Amino acid sequence: MPASMADSSADLAFRRVRLARALLSDRTLPADPAHFPARVSFGLPALDEALQGGLARGALHEFHAIEGADAAAAGGLMLALARRAAETRPIVLVRQDFLERETGALYPAGLPELGFDPARLVVVRARDVVSLLQAGVEAARCPALGAVLLEFWGDHRAFDLTSSRRLALAAQDSALPILMMRVAAPATPSAATTRWQVRPGLSRALEARAPGPPCFRLRLLKHRQGLDLREWCVEWNRDRAVFESRHAGPAAQNYRHDRPQSGGASLSRAVPALPADRDPADERADSGLRQAG
Amino acid sequence: MRLASVDARGLALGLNPGMTLADARARLPGLIVHPADPARDAAALSALAADSEMFTPMVALDPPHGLMLDITGCAHLFGGEAGLMRRIRHRLRQRGHMPVLALAPTPDAARALARFGGADCLSAVGAETRALPVAALEAGEEVLLALNRAGLKDLAALEACPPGVLAARFGAGLVAKLRRVLGQDNARITPLRHVPACLAERHFPEPLLALEAILALVKRLAGDLARMLEARGEGGRRFELSLFRSDGRVQRLVVETGHACRDPAVIERLFALRIEALADPIDPGFGFDSVRLAVLASEAFGQVQPDFDGHRLEDLALEDLIDRLSTRFGAARVLRAEAEDTHDPVRAARFVPAQRGAVMSLWPEPEPGEGPRRPIRLFDPPQAIEALAEVPDGPPLRFRWRRVLHEVARAEGPERIAPEWWRVEPGTLARDYYRIEDAEGRRFWVFRQGFYGHSGQPPRWFLHGLFA
Repeated sequence: MPASMADSSADLAFRRVRLARALLSDRTLPADPAHFPARVSFGLPALDEALQGGLARGALHEFHAIEGADAAAAGGLMLALARRAAETRPIVLVRQDFLERETGALYPAGLPELGFDPARLVVVRARDVVSLLQAGVEAARCPALGAVLLEFWGDHRAFDLTSSRRLALAAQDSALPILMMRVAAPATPSAATTRWQVRPGLSRALEARAPGPPCFRLRLLKHRQGLDLREWCVEWNRDRAVFESRHAGPAAQNYRHDRPQSGGASLSRAVPALPADRDPADERADSGLRQAG
Repeated sequence: MRLASVDARGLALGLNPGMTLADARARLPGLIVHPADPARDAAALSALAADSEMFTPMVALDPPHGLMLDITGCAHLFGGEAGLMRRIRHRLRQRGHMPVLALAPTPDAARALARFGGADCLSAVGAETRALPVAALEAGEEVLLALNRAGLKDLAALEACPPGVLAARFGAGLVAKLRRVLGQDNARITPLRHVPACLAERHFPEPLLALEAILALVKRLAGDLARMLEARGEGGRRFELSLFRSDGRVQRLVVETGHACRDPAVIERLFALRIEALADPIDPGFGFDSVRLAVLASEAFGQVQPDFDGHRLEDLALEDLIDRLSTRFGAARVLRAEAEDTHDPVRAARFVPAQRGAVMSLWPEPEPGEGPRRPIRLFDPPQAIEALAEVPDGPPLRFRWRRVLHEVARAEGPERIAPEWWRVEPGTLARDYYRIEDAEGRRFWVFRQGFYGHSGQPPRWFLHGLFA
């Protein structure tokens, strides 16, 4: 009892401070570090530990889809992350018109299936990359939001170090994560804190070979703090709103071929396909079985 | 060919409108003529009407070449009635017009004085009006002739006649017109544009050139408006900025907000965004003479009561953001999703402009432990694929989409979705939807249109959406 009483009075005090600050600052709400942790965790301990707690909140993160067919997976991953980052706050999604033709229009009826409430979403359709970046900065300055998502196709000279820095600063000021999807784009220099490559992973089959929950293969391409660049295979658990570990499927093994072989059997950090909590021997033992799935 | 109109020098030399061109040329071999263009005359008159709005919001066209301004309550802003007339005359002369102005208590009196009084005139109804010829009633040739034959030359003479006799001889219209011209009856003008609920404006002795100064001025005007709106307990939903250029061009900009608003900083910011988003930037030319900010639409506005945890303030911050984005990119590009209670997947969700306000929609709850049933991307129209499937209702084994072959590793279905018969043409085929996953892990939503063996051709396959 005493513990919970202390909790609730602390909560009350926190709310008072927040309200007072909101009134003083004339409607601009500073994102509260006490309420929103500085990092957006995946909810998967192995992944969060490797990232020192998750994705930094007030920062820009790039998610690359190699081709148009992977864009839906990257979009789903970003929505799932936004769901974890924003809790009940609104989210702004800015999409380039060209993506609509190439990878399909956003379909709100599918969002609840990822545990994402479409009522919290504001969609901005941007004519080109320039207006997309403008809308992104404008949205990132609004601290009432939970996250800002940007999606655009290809390489564009409007997106360079300067414009990405502008986004990153806006994100930092309002402590908002900006998740940016780039489809079929080279990894040009930018002010992003992390850069990921997202590909779909073969899902866990449900009864009668039915496709299971969405599964993503994430490869960390860049981290500002120079963390280990690795690959994870994760599954989105909609009901608990966390990412869960999923063992790399056969496609991940193909993927290993185009990597330079480093040091033969030494498995310190050369095999990115392995989740941190798995024994490589274990994987070899049942890889045949998974290939059959 | 006849002369349509003649300038002052032409009149002095004895030319008249209606004279044949040959006669006119015979009198004045050096006559310069231009073909009459009523459409351009009308356009020029409309432009003049827009420009005249800097003197009063109540401006009406008075065809064929007149403007009617209701200056009730406006004259003192320009140094009284005489000052206002001087100002208007100067502005029109600057643009090369030779105006005849008349100011009178009723529109009909002003029109009669301007057209038949001959010179500029500022009058309460009095001697000038009564001295007007009967032609000023514009009653038509026959009536005019009859009145002249009866010896009634001016309005004073008409006024002396018993109205009943006039009405019996020339109709009630003439009597009514006479009463209006003499100021005994008042017909209000119908302004060209809706008169705004509130407006604030500034006139400058020297034209204003800098855009920054205009924006600063917008903020001050918005502050004036805020006080007016506050007194009315209202906030604006639509604001219009009119910039009156010194050469008579009027530029108007409109911004809308998603909720009632009277914060000068917000209004200024919206106009700054609006100006920035203009395809062709504002051209100040030789500067702006006057700037007006008007509230075109307003609604009740309650002071914001922040609730205990500040959610209301967050909502407001979001609404402000939506307004800014809508102003910059257009309301049709800033959207919210709305659910429709239907099983037709295309109609089940739609986007509406976010400025219309939050929508309460019921989205279907997902089933715990199941994979997603609906995709997050939808193709409209569905994309044709070549699929190899088990007959009669198996999922595809492999399919080709955009020239890439996909081997199916997982599949679920069919989910049969029949067309809504009350909505579509008869003969539209039912669709069997499958959720499938290829060997790479890409998840697709495909459907077969129709059934095997029902018609001559085999059914066709389409890809409708992509799952995460």
